Amino acid sequence: MSESDDSAILSRPRYGTLSPANAQYHLFVADDSGGEVIASLANRAPAGFFDNAEIIYVDTQTDVNNNTLQKVNALGCPRLYIGPTINAALPRLKASLNKIRMGTQVYVCGSESLLGLATMTAMEAGLDHQALQTEHRGSCARRMQCVHCKGITGNVNTQPATCEHCGLLLLVRDHYSRRVAAFQGVNINAEDPSDVPVKEEVYV
Amino acid sequence: MSGMATIDVVVSDVVTVNSLIKRFHFIRADGQPLPAFSGGAHIIIEMQDGDTLRRTPYSLMSSPLDTSDYQVSIRRDEEGRGGSLYMHNQVKNGMQMRIGRPANLFSLDKRAPKHLLLAGGIGITPFLAQIHQLVETNGSFELHYSARNEALCAYGAELAQRIGNRLHLYFDDQSQRIDFDTLLRTQPVGTHIYVCGPAPMIDHVLTRCEAMGWPDAHVHFEHFAKAPPGESFTIELKASNKRVVVGENQSILEAIEAAGVDAPYLCRGGACGQCETTVLECDGKLLHEDHWLEEDEKADGKKIMPCVSRFRGQRLVLDR
Repeated sequence: MSESDDSAILSRPRYGTLSPANAQYHLFVADDSGGEVIASLANRAPAGFFDNAEIIYVDTQTDVNNNTLQKVNALGCPRLYIGPTINAALPRLKASLNKIRMGTQVYVCGSESLLGLATMTAMEAGLDHQALQTEHRGSCARRMQCVHCKGITGNVNTQPATCEHCGLLLLVRDHYSRRVAAFQGVNINAEDPSDVPVKEEVYV
Repeated sequence: MSGMATIDVVVSDVVTVNSLIKRFHFIRADGQPLPAFSGGAHIIIEMQDGDTLRRTPYSLMSSPLDTSDYQVSIRRDEEGRGGSLYMHNQVKNGMQMRIGRPANLFSLDKRAPKHLLLAGGIGITPFLAQIHQLVETNGSFELHYSARNEALCAYGAELAQRIGNRLHLYFDDQSQRIDFDTLLRTQPVGTHIYVCGPAPMIDHVLTRCEAMGWPDAHVHFEHFAKAPPGESFTIELKASNKRVVVGENQSILEAIEAAGVDAPYLCRGGACGQCETTVLECDGKLLHEDHWLEEDEKADGKKIMPCVSRFRGQRLVLDR
């Protein structure tokens, strides 16, 4: 399948724009690039909105002056967790999802990998898609699952990309699995392994 | 008739449950097992009441794991159109009847980590079947069941035996009320809610769910609207080239069928959408009574659900 065919793939996630929902409780997951979105949503939220909210913040150290983190801190949200990576923050997210009740809205904003992992975790907890909003900011680096060995490679920037588990050179498709929160990678040179296409940086 | 293939059955038992409710058991006339169904399914019972052929939906309450018979419990409704009175007064053990195949508009979402079941009065019936299924599959659930008093709380004692502390009973005469807001506020993520009972109870739960941020997909309800009586009127059926008078106690669908015109249906209670019919001309007012059409569709006046809705005016032409 060629790249152009992939553009029509329905499983390619589409993201929206966060807006304050009518809910009993609001759970945010964001990284440095997504933190801005929470700050701007706060301007449109009713008074007291963040009293019944929780923010799981991934400080990726890309925002050298911590401007965004300061803005998020200033919201006065009583439950603010700060972790170094989305993977480090996932146990906290799972614990929060176990505690929250129906009538909670979950908001996820940040890199494509963060959106995928947080969405997968929320869906596993039984959250309905109607109770989840996403907005993409920052990196488009992909999580990729090798369809051959099933290993998942993170932070894939290039097309094609090498599977870090079995070493095959993979075409990164738009075909997306919500179950594993990863794009599918298919061996690009199975018939002639000596034909090695040049890697181009496309997912930045 | 195009609604569904019917099944010839024999009434194998009629049991008085309490002063208002009787339970009817049906077995297949040919002795074979009945079709499989899932909890929440209903059947249409055909009743030849003098010159009138009634077809009324009732929820199956027996276990989906046992298709040797079907059981329905019917509350006597003195003000209804006569279906329940016919069942209570005319139907006897051994009688031959016809029923439709089961259809389910109120099924459990099997993905749910927890099911919250809310029943009011005779609205308990679909839950009885669902609970058989949930117990068998080890599903997590709670039933909150409200009745006028203990004597009218059909199957309350049996449920207490079967499901123990998963049952919560509320009796009006002891001023016990289901605290809907507390229930809705305290459910774990992923819970699905199911409500069946009087219309005001359903409306209240739907309103509170929306206000409290429950996603629609997690909120299920079943309410078979009754075709209300009203003034008689005449309709024209374009495709069949017929004029049909709809009687005071007849639905448009019943009048169409009585005129020998094949019309689709499934629930006959304004819930399933199967009988949706295009309005070709309308000089008057459509009296919508269904839960199927959206508010803007009702206002548009291009569609009608002939199983429950009526008409007042000069001329109504349907594409049927």
